[in-house]
Amino acid sequence: MTAMAETERRPAAPLLRRFLKPEALIGYFLISPAVFLLLVLLAYPFVLAVYISLTDRVLGEPGRFIGIANFLKLLQDSLFRQTVWNSFVYTIATVALKMFLGIILALLLNQEMRCRNLVRGALLLPWIVPTSLSVLTWLWMFDSLFSVVNYILLGLGLISKKVPWLGDPFWAMTSVIIVNTWRGLPFFAVSFLAGLMTIPRELYEAAETDGAKKFRQFWHITLPLLQPVIAVVVLFSTIWTFADFQIVYILTHGGPINATQIFATMAYDVALVAGRIGEGSAISLFLFPALLVVIFLMLRYLRKEQ
Amino acid sequence: MRRKRFRILKRVLGLYLPLAAFLFFALFPFYWMLISSFKANPELYNLRANRLWIQSPTLEQFRELFAKTAIIKWLFNSFFVSFLTSVISMAFGIMAGYALARLRFPGAQVFGLATFITYLVPTTLIFIPLASVVQAFGLSNSIWSLVVTYPTFLIPFCTWMLIAYFKSIPKDMEECAMIDGCSRIGAMVWIVLPMAIPGVVFSGMFSFTLSWNEFVYALTFISSTAHKTMSVAVPTELIRGDAYFWGELMAASLLGSVPVALLYSFFMDYFVTGLTAGALKG
Repeated sequence: MTAMAETERRPAAPLLRRFLKPEALIGYFLISPAVFLLLVLLAYPFVLAVYISLTDRVLGEPGRFIGIANFLKLLQDSLFRQTVWNSFVYTIATVALKMFLGIILALLLNQEMRCRNLVRGALLLPWIVPTSLSVLTWLWMFDSLFSVVNYILLGLGLISKKVPWLGDPFWAMTSVIIVNTWRGLPFFAVSFLAGLMTIPRELYEAAETDGAKKFRQFWHITLPLLQPVIAVVVLFSTIWTFADFQIVYILTHGGPINATQIFATMAYDVALVAGRIGEGSAISLFLFPALLVVIFLMLRYLRKEQ
Repeated sequence: MRRKRFRILKRVLGLYLPLAAFLFFALFPFYWMLISSFKANPELYNLRANRLWIQSPTLEQFRELFAKTAIIKWLFNSFFVSFLTSVISMAFGIMAGYALARLRFPGAQVFGLATFITYLVPTTLIFIPLASVVQAFGLSNSIWSLVVTYPTFLIPFCTWMLIAYFKSIPKDMEECAMIDGCSRIGAMVWIVLPMAIPGVVFSGMFSFTLSWNEFVYALTFISSTAHKTMSVAVPTELIRGDAYFWGELMAASLLGSVPVALLYSFFMDYFVTGLTAGALKG
């Protein structure tokens, strides 16, 4: 008992010294601007978001504390339920597509070819250019009357009548999924490519001498070794897609008849267009559990890797 | 001979054809943006003409844009905000990144973890309360609201990126400099920083791009035409009610896309290595 008390007491004095030694002081000085900014403009707004979501605040009025009434109301709301469903469809479909196409594209880019850097650079463009502006181009490409996508597909004889890209619930969801995939694919492909380049060539040579076919090489060598990169990229993309705003906001504005309404666009509409800030905050906060899951998985994964 | 032909066929089917399909998918929208912005309205809305080519190229859409809209102001706002926020975030990111990579102090790990988590926080999670924080500072409807808020997602990114770069630099040189009487901060600025230039350039450029492209905060905090940035001004100011002036919209989108595309083409090597390093280090 006394021994334990002593071991507990012992670090007490050096602890204070550890905080005050020069290296630590310089450390605190160096991180202080970042800490200050993140506390004031990230941590505080988050706490505020939780508080606002527990009030019936509307634009221009502070509102009263109403507990979890906003959340209960949302769970009853059929529009909100559809938003939850849409967000899941949107996220799962785009992340799966980006992963699948990203692996194919990375495998292609990993081969010897002429102008490799130029090709890589060109393929990254959708990811570099302002999303709001490129999505405007897609809006014009999906125009009900002048759609160039329909023009090409009709010209090639692939469809017999115009596709109502943004006018029909099913096609509108398809459109936002296509555009999100278009925008996010470069990030997946380049990250996977970086992963591919770290795989030692000898492994494939050994497999070759053992007579393993290309597909088996991919399945038993490439995929397992690429798995850490795939996991990190998929987790990143999941949270960003789940919380996505611009693509849906510009392309469909959640329509038609809320077929593409997702969390962020609904939160924006409710809080800033309709002015029901408390309720809008509550919608935004539904992104938080998703964020927590991603953080949890990511930390567990990174720890395992180390 | 037949074998050679077979190999060429295999290469075309297994590499060039699928790659061409991906390139078409990635680049067609930019091609469409480009040719739409150099067409006059009669040609733009002519369904009978060959729509994939320009019959009579014209600068009419750009002339309209510069004459009738505040596009110069929007471009300036974008440059101003992006430049300032990247410089601020790089400076703070270098400081924090160096501290986390080199110095040992209580709380360093917690702070490292916190920056990683904040990097994951989507802007759409906190934009509603942040609007009232910005208002409390008296910054709403001003580009300064963006200058103070953008670093919240740029600093975590820069810090995280630079930790990896600083860690890859051997400690010996700064230790020697410090034995010779150089201070810790001096060693950081004069020894380590010059060696981390690729990382600094990459994170600065990437910050610039992220700021230039940011949409949610700019849409929420700024309402007057004169204070908007390109990414928000084009979709909100050039679409009037239900009327879409596609020629102008595409011309403006092109003007808003070219600066980042140029920046990126100049520094592509930095970019690809930086991106791949970042992806691997997670």
